[in-house]
Amino acid sequence: MSLRIVVCVKYVPDATGDRSFAEDLTTDRDAVDGLLSELDEYAVEQALQIAEATEGAEVTVLTAGPEDAADALRKALSMGADKAVHVEDDDLHGTDVLGTSLVLAKAVEHIGYDLVVCGMASTDGGMGVLPALLAERLRVPQVTLLSEVSVADGKVTGRRDGDAATERLQASLPAVVSVTDQSGEARYPSFKGIMAAKKKPVENLDLEDLDIEAEQVGLAGAATAVLSATERPARTAGEIVHDEGEGGKLLAAFLAGRKFV
Amino acid sequence: MTEVLVLVDHENGTVRKPTLELLTLARRLGDPVAVHLGPGADIAAPVLAEHGATRVLAADAPEFADYHLVPKVDALQAAFDAVGPAAVLVPSSGEGKEIAARLALRTGSGLVTDAVDIAPGDDGPVTTQSAFAAAYSTTSRVTRGVPVVTVKPNSATPEAAPAAGTVEELAVTFGPLATGTAVVSRAPRESTGRPELAEAAIVVSGGRGVGSAESFSVIEDLADALGAAVGASRAAVDAGWYPHAHQVGQTGKTVSPQLYLAAGISGAIQHRAGMQTSKTIVAVNKDAEAPIFELVDYGVVGDLFAVVPALTEEIKARKG
Repeated sequence: MSLRIVVCVKYVPDATGDRSFAEDLTTDRDAVDGLLSELDEYAVEQALQIAEATEGAEVTVLTAGPEDAADALRKALSMGADKAVHVEDDDLHGTDVLGTSLVLAKAVEHIGYDLVVCGMASTDGGMGVLPALLAERLRVPQVTLLSEVSVADGKVTGRRDGDAATERLQASLPAVVSVTDQSGEARYPSFKGIMAAKKKPVENLDLEDLDIEAEQVGLAGAATAVLSATERPARTAGEIVHDEGEGGKLLAAFLAGRKFV
Repeated sequence: MTEVLVLVDHENGTVRKPTLELLTLARRLGDPVAVHLGPGADIAAPVLAEHGATRVLAADAPEFADYHLVPKVDALQAAFDAVGPAAVLVPSSGEGKEIAARLALRTGSGLVTDAVDIAPGDDGPVTTQSAFAAAYSTTSRVTRGVPVVTVKPNSATPEAAPAAGTVEELAVTFGPLATGTAVVSRAPRESTGRPELAEAAIVVSGGRGVGSAESFSVIEDLADALGAAVGASRAAVDAGWYPHAHQVGQTGKTVSPQLYLAAGISGAIQHRAGMQTSKTIVAVNKDAEAPIFELVDYGVVGDLFAVVPALTEEIKARKG
């Protein structure tokens, strides 16, 4: 069988840097270097594993984002994805998750798909709802937040470790899945993979190619407005003691003073 | 009268605490109308009424258990259409957020996830959230449709506010997407007898410094002395020492307890993202340079295997 897999990835500011907001209260993309969201590496990994187990499978990695977001695509290509699609348009600046899901859904349909694979959340916005929104827009099943996933006989099956229960879920393809950071370590790109990635095709699309009006996306099209962003005041330095045999007692006294004991 | 929908999180009618917090927050915006899906509405209704629910819209059908998530979206949408609410509040679990998102899309509404506070405003409710690993606090407003907001646990203290809580049957017609994802099997998580991590007033967490799965008993003993939930850092979970359900951090649970006690945790950004909004933070770590000490109200530099058991004994002694 053939299997067309599309992996949705996001280019995000490095979470280990001092991230901040721009003047228009969108994520400041200049203050900190960007990279492929760590949580999307797991999605690329699972897509590649599914593709490796399926004859005639093809993995396309998709992003919507500024010019630099091509770095995220290149990383995924060097890990082993076959081709990439980059939706880039100045009118996308400030798009909310509902608008992003519209753009990605249209792009996924443009590419053609049997399986869409996403990470569990981005490491910047962190809402974790894009896969569900994609499924709603594409009108296909969602099988999300999986710590284990496999594809066989035109069906996708996975394990979802929820707060209240662990569930085994199954749906017929086409479907949208998302995988967690428990799904398995992502591979590092090999030297050969990095070289090969340079020759892999990257298709560039803008909103017009996807038949999307500018008003449907961007800050103006967003259904929410950020009113303020305030840096949390640094926690005032507390008391630090060195344990010389009394550490446990001192800590108990502190906790008792705060009425925790 | 303005009504606010609250989606009830429950297990066979036993209501989880965050739902009661949502009812308390909903009362700031209007009359709370609880939406109870699945079995046990008769068990849940008195609790919901006690916390302010004027009505309890109840629907039960095999689809809720046999198929994943979308039947609940269909039902919440039916409640939305029947009530015409001023806002919809949903508990901020993985499932809650996905349900809320699909409802927002269907109803042409704006979506806010992981709010930690919500207050009425001139142009509709204003929500407060944390951003960038809780380094920032933001406020937001929904500008289109009816605000659909997911709210994190521990965002409010549940208040008693007795209301009628009249149970009414909610008529639901399931759409073609409802049966798309089958639940092949379901194993409820076994109770540890300790408080739920996301809801606990006190959390005691262990990290790389704990060193092994067996040694987590030191952490558990302290947790039990304090009546606390047990957490673990990603390093400890990745090493297989403690189950992932207990992971505190960016890809685990975000907790905001009254007291967070970190033992053998250095305080990497991934962990801080999950705990730095805790009210009081204390830490025990061998390394005086560990970044966790930048966050603490009280820190002990020392071997956790000496300090933590001594602390546990002292607490037991003080509690008599």
